Amino acid sequence: MGLAKRIIPCMDVTGGRVVKGINFVELRDAGDPVEIARRYDEQGADELTFLDITASSDNRGLIFHMIEQVASQVFIPLTVGGGVRAVEDVRKLLNAGADKVSINTAAVLNPQLVADASSRFGSQCIVVAIDAKRVGDHWEVFTHGGRKATGLDAVEWACKMVKLGAGELLLTSMDRDGTKSGFDLALTRTISDAVEVPIIASGGVGNLDHLVAGVLQGGADAVLAASIFHYGEYTVLQAKQRMQKEGIEVRL
Amino acid sequence: MGNLRSVAQALAHVAPDSRVTITSDPDEITAASHVVFPGQGAMPDCVRELDARNLRNVVLDAAANKPFLGICIGLQLLFEHSDEGDVAGLGLFHGNVRRFASDMHDEYGAKLKVPHMGWNQLHQAANHPLWKGIDQDARFYYVHSYYVDPVDDSLTAGTSDYPQRFTSAVARDNIFAVQFHPEKSQHAGLKLLENFIHWDGNPTC
Repeated sequence: MGLAKRIIPCMDVTGGRVVKGINFVELRDAGDPVEIARRYDEQGADELTFLDITASSDNRGLIFHMIEQVASQVFIPLTVGGGVRAVEDVRKLLNAGADKVSINTAAVLNPQLVADASSRFGSQCIVVAIDAKRVGDHWEVFTHGGRKATGLDAVEWACKMVKLGAGELLLTSMDRDGTKSGFDLALTRTISDAVEVPIIASGGVGNLDHLVAGVLQGGADAVLAASIFHYGEYTVLQAKQRMQKEGIEVRL
Repeated sequence: MGNLRSVAQALAHVAPDSRVTITSDPDEITAASHVVFPGQGAMPDCVRELDARNLRNVVLDAAANKPFLGICIGLQLLFEHSDEGDVAGLGLFHGNVRRFASDMHDEYGAKLKVPHMGWNQLHQAANHPLWKGIDQDARFYYVHSYYVDPVDDSLTAGTSDYPQRFTSAVARDNIFAVQFHPEKSQHAGLKLLENFIHWDGNPTC
């Protein structure tokens, strides 16, 4: 008996709609966040993450309505990230029904935001997202989807974010993201060992073995994936059954 | 977590015919048939806010008289003392609120993180109307760094392991309180809330 490792499908949304056409059987509307969230909930997803990639500020407000809709029908934890710049953004997302808010670029630009948001709302709802890339013999923090180097060492940055109040870290390997070649296990393990808070591993999942390795070798507390679930290659249930077979505790 | 709105939405979902309100108005709390006490953030802030809003006696009155459900900090607040900020709670139950150790490992040697975050099993330690229809050892969603340590073992209605066993649900008369978040625990959580809405406050099945 004990705590289960979590599986978290991640959806990109823009203007309140899910993008990157999700390919479930008989999905009436491939962009409907409520319908997709329900499907993942039924499959046994432990949490859901929505990443708002809306470019135009005109449409950014649509995320709040979307979160309200999902939160009124799906009763598992919801994390929302993308474009969070101020404590007020965090407040509005939590009020709309998000349980956790993930902060990425804004934490690099203004680390105090993490401290302010966690002291106001509690560290349990503040996730800091770290995009890391290997540079020489260490990992460096990048922003803007891996295009912009910050000069920050990823492990030191992770420790600093936890000290400031991050309750959880969402760690993405920009070297692996989109490659389907598996998590950067050394990165995941190094940061998981360095901090006390849970780590969500992200970036590079191409099959179920990668999820297993993320937990057993990477020391991840949760694993996040997008395309393997969206395109129907595997269901969350299949992922959990596989993890269980490898001796990992899951919620089935 | 501890999102008040999430609790209200989950209650509205299981009790479409009931009126669910988020309130700090003493009259509304006094008039309610059922009271949910979720608590949000850190224990010292919660205690300070309760007193700043003159709600301490209203909450104690509700806890003495009607079906009362504490959630997360709302469970911890019922105890005498918390190590979080070294503050006194409402003192309905003898015992302390303690922090998980920071160097815990599971049986395979893997590091256990704090906060205790995610889906853990709830072992029903006693029969109770609120457990009705919920499987023994069902999983619920937790997120907390502190747990309650009651002096009186008979308070414990449920336990969880991380890695040591701790009390994750207490029951006494018309009070039921849980460490996990039923509003975020899918079917099992909604069932518990539904049971609560239909509960008359009698602790025997």
